[in-house]
Amino acid sequence: MADVVVEQGRLARTASPRKKSTSLRNVLGRKSTVAFFLTLPLILLIAMLVLYPAFYSLYLATLNKAMTKFVGLGNFTFLFKRETFWMVVKQSCIFAITAVIFKALIGFIVAHFVHNIPGKKQRKWRGMLLVPWVIPPAMSTLAWLWLFDPSYSAFNYTLSFFGVGPIPWLGDTFWARFSVILVNVWYGAPFFLIMYLAALKSVPDQLYEAASIDGANWWQKIWHITLPMMRNIIAITTLFSLIVTFANFDIVRILTSGGPLDTTHLFATWAFQVGIQSSDIPLGACVSLFMVPILAVAAIFILRDVNKRGNEA
Amino acid sequence: MSRKTLTRRQFVAATAMSSTALIAAPYVRGAYAAGKLSIGFWDHWVPGANDASTALVKEWGEKEKVEVSIDYITSNNKKIELTAAAEAQAKSGHDILQMPSWWPHAYSENLEPLNDVMEPLIKQNGEVNGTVKYLGQSGGKWLAVPATPGSQIKGPCSRIDLMKKHAGIDVQEMYPAGSPPKDDNWTLETFLKAAEACQKAGVPFGIGLGETTDSVDTAGAIFQSFGAELVNAKGDVTVKTDAVRQALEFYKKLIAVLPPDAPSWDDASNNKWLISGRGAMIMNPPSAWAVAKRDAPQVAEQCWTHGFPAGPKGRFAPFLPYFWGVWSFGKNKEAAKSLLVHLSSPAAIEKFVVASGGYDLPAYANMTKFKTWAEEGPPKGTLFHYPDPYHRQTLSIAASPAPPKIAQQIYFQATLTKMALRFAQGEKMDTALAWAEGECEGFMRT
Repeated sequence: MADVVVEQGRLARTASPRKKSTSLRNVLGRKSTVAFFLTLPLILLIAMLVLYPAFYSLYLATLNKAMTKFVGLGNFTFLFKRETFWMVVKQSCIFAITAVIFKALIGFIVAHFVHNIPGKKQRKWRGMLLVPWVIPPAMSTLAWLWLFDPSYSAFNYTLSFFGVGPIPWLGDTFWARFSVILVNVWYGAPFFLIMYLAALKSVPDQLYEAASIDGANWWQKIWHITLPMMRNIIAITTLFSLIVTFANFDIVRILTSGGPLDTTHLFATWAFQVGIQSSDIPLGACVSLFMVPILAVAAIFILRDVNKRGNEA
Repeated sequence: MSRKTLTRRQFVAATAMSSTALIAAPYVRGAYAAGKLSIGFWDHWVPGANDASTALVKEWGEKEKVEVSIDYITSNNKKIELTAAAEAQAKSGHDILQMPSWWPHAYSENLEPLNDVMEPLIKQNGEVNGTVKYLGQSGGKWLAVPATPGSQIKGPCSRIDLMKKHAGIDVQEMYPAGSPPKDDNWTLETFLKAAEACQKAGVPFGIGLGETTDSVDTAGAIFQSFGAELVNAKGDVTVKTDAVRQALEFYKKLIAVLPPDAPSWDDASNNKWLISGRGAMIMNPPSAWAVAKRDAPQVAEQCWTHGFPAGPKGRFAPFLPYFWGVWSFGKNKEAAKSLLVHLSSPAAIEKFVVASGGYDLPAYANMTKFKTWAEEGPPKGTLFHYPDPYHRQTLSIAASPAPPKIAQQIYFQATLTKMALRFAQGEKMDTALAWAEGECEGFMRT
C-alpha cells in the first residue's frame, strides 16, 4: 500500500510542478512535522549536551591512560581488580538506597500532614517545606559543612550543653556516611513531598468515605486505598530519585571529598578524583559509566511495573 | 550612463605613483602589531595580588605591542585542573596557562618546550630547586616556567606563646629573624614530644589526615625525612621497606595526639584551627597567619613561620610550585615566551612577593632574601624563615622521587595519609603495607 502511495506521489510530482509545492505544504502542514520542528531545538540540545558526551565518554573509556592507544575493555577489567572500586560500588548502593528510602518515607508522612492542613495555611507550609529543594545544593551543603565543621561545629556546640560529644561528624566512617545521607535526605525529601501531595489530592474522597462506612481504620485506608492509588507515582519518583542520588556529586564532594579513607566516595566523586585530579581521564570515564548498567536495571524493573499496571488499568 | 576607459598610459602612471607613495611613506606600527595573547592566571587569594600580575602584563603588552587578555581562574573546586583538561582536549584555549605542580607532566605532550626561556633565566636568577626540576622538566626538556604567584612552602606556623608554655620551645630563639636558624635540636623526635605536650594542654597541633593537599604535603615531608618512598625514581614499588615502616610507626604516634576529626580535614580546616586559637601549630604557608591578622589579631601576633623538623634522612619541607605553561597549539608562542621572561625578571618577582605580602615564593636560589619577608608582621620577622633563606631544608613534594605520572596519583589519591591512618586505626602493619602496595601497582598504568 505504501508503495502505491509513493508511486502515486511520484506520478503526481512529474505531472505537475504546482502539485509539488502543494504536497510540500501538506508535509509541512502535518501536525507531526510541526511538532518535530518545534522539538528540534531540544533534540539538538540533547544531542549536543547528552548524546555526544555520552558517546565520547564511551570512547574515552576504551583508551589507555595517556589516551594514545585503544585498549578495548582493559580499563573495565582493571577496575574489577581494584578494592577501592568495589568499595565505591557498595557505598553508592548504601548511599542511594538508604537516602531514597528515607526521602520517600519522610515525603510520604509529611505529605499526609500537609494534605490535612486546611486551605490557605497549606500553601504557606508547602512553600516553606520546599525551601531545601529550591536552594542550590552546593550552597546549602556549604552551610551543612559549617554545621559539621571540626573547629566551629554548631551541632557539637549545642550537644556540649547536654554533655554529649564532640562527634567527629565527617572524620569517622559511620558519622561521615550518616552526614552525607542526612544532607541528601534533607535536600531531596521535598521533591517526594510535593509529588506525593499531588498524588494524594487526586485520590477521590468518596473512596475514603466508603471505606469509613465499611469501618476501615486509618492504616487500612492507607494500605488499601492510598498506596494502591499512589503506586505509579511512588515508582516513578523512586526511579528518578534513585538516578539523581546515584549520580550525586556535590554533597559528598563538599562535605567529605570522599573521605575518611574513601569510605564516602560515590561513582561521581571517585570518577572526578581519578579522572581529573589524577589525570587518568579514561579510567574516570570508565568509573562514571558504571552507573549506567546499575541504573538501567533499576529503570527496567520499575518502568516495567508501571507499564504493567498502566495496561491493567 | 557614462563609461570612462582607462588607457594603458594612465594605468602605468597610476601604478607607479601608488608604489612610490607606499615605499616613501613612513612605517606606522599599529597599537597591537605583534598580535594577541590570552593568559589564564591562577586567581590569587591575597587581596590585590592579582593587580601585580595585571600591571606587569600590561607594561609588557604596551612595550611589545601585544594585545593581552587575562582570565583569573580560581583554584577552588579544581577549576584550573578542569580548564587545563578541557584546553588540552580541545587543543584550543589560552596561550599561557598557569598550572599547579603536577600538571606540566600530565600534559607534557601538549606543552611547548621552554629550554630557550629557562636556561637564560637560571643564569640570571640562580639555580632552581630539585622539586622544580622534577616537576617542570622531562627528559631534559623544560615543560613550563616556575611561576612565583602561588608557589609556597607549607612549613610549620607555630604559636610562640603556646609552644613556649606547653612544649618549652622558643621558636623565635630557634629561628631568629635576620639570622641563621639554631635548629640542630629541631628534630621529628622533639616535634613529637611537643605535639604530645600541646595535646595534653588542650591545644593540639592542627595537622590534617584528609585527602587534600595540606594533609598529603605534611605526610610527604615526614615520609621523606625517614627516606620512605612508596615508588622509587625508577618506578619500582618500594612500599615494604624499613624506612616506610619507621615512618608509619612515627605517624601512628603523631595521629594519637592530633584532633580526633583530623581525617576529615580539608585545606581550610588547619587555617581555622590556628585562627580559632585552638592549636599550637599548623603546617601552612602564611595565608592562615594573614587571615588571622585580619580576623584574630591577638592570634596573628603570636604566630611564627619556620623550618620543618629534621628526620633521620634530613630536613625536608613541603614545597608546592606553580608553573606557567605555553600550549604547543597556542597561536602566539613567541610572544608568550617573551612575556614569561618578563614575568620572571628579578624586578617582577619582587613585585609578586610584595603584592602577596610574602606568600608567593620564587623558585630561584638567589631570591630568598627580599625585604618583605624580613619586615612583615606582627610580630616583625614572622615570615623571615618562610622562604628558607639559609637553604637548610630540602624543598620536596610528597610521592617524589617516583616518576611524576605515578607520583601524581599517589599524591591525589592520598595514599600516604590513608596508609598512615589505616595503621593508626588498628590495621596491622603488613595489611596497611599490602594495601598501599596494591594501590601503587594500580598507579603504574600507562
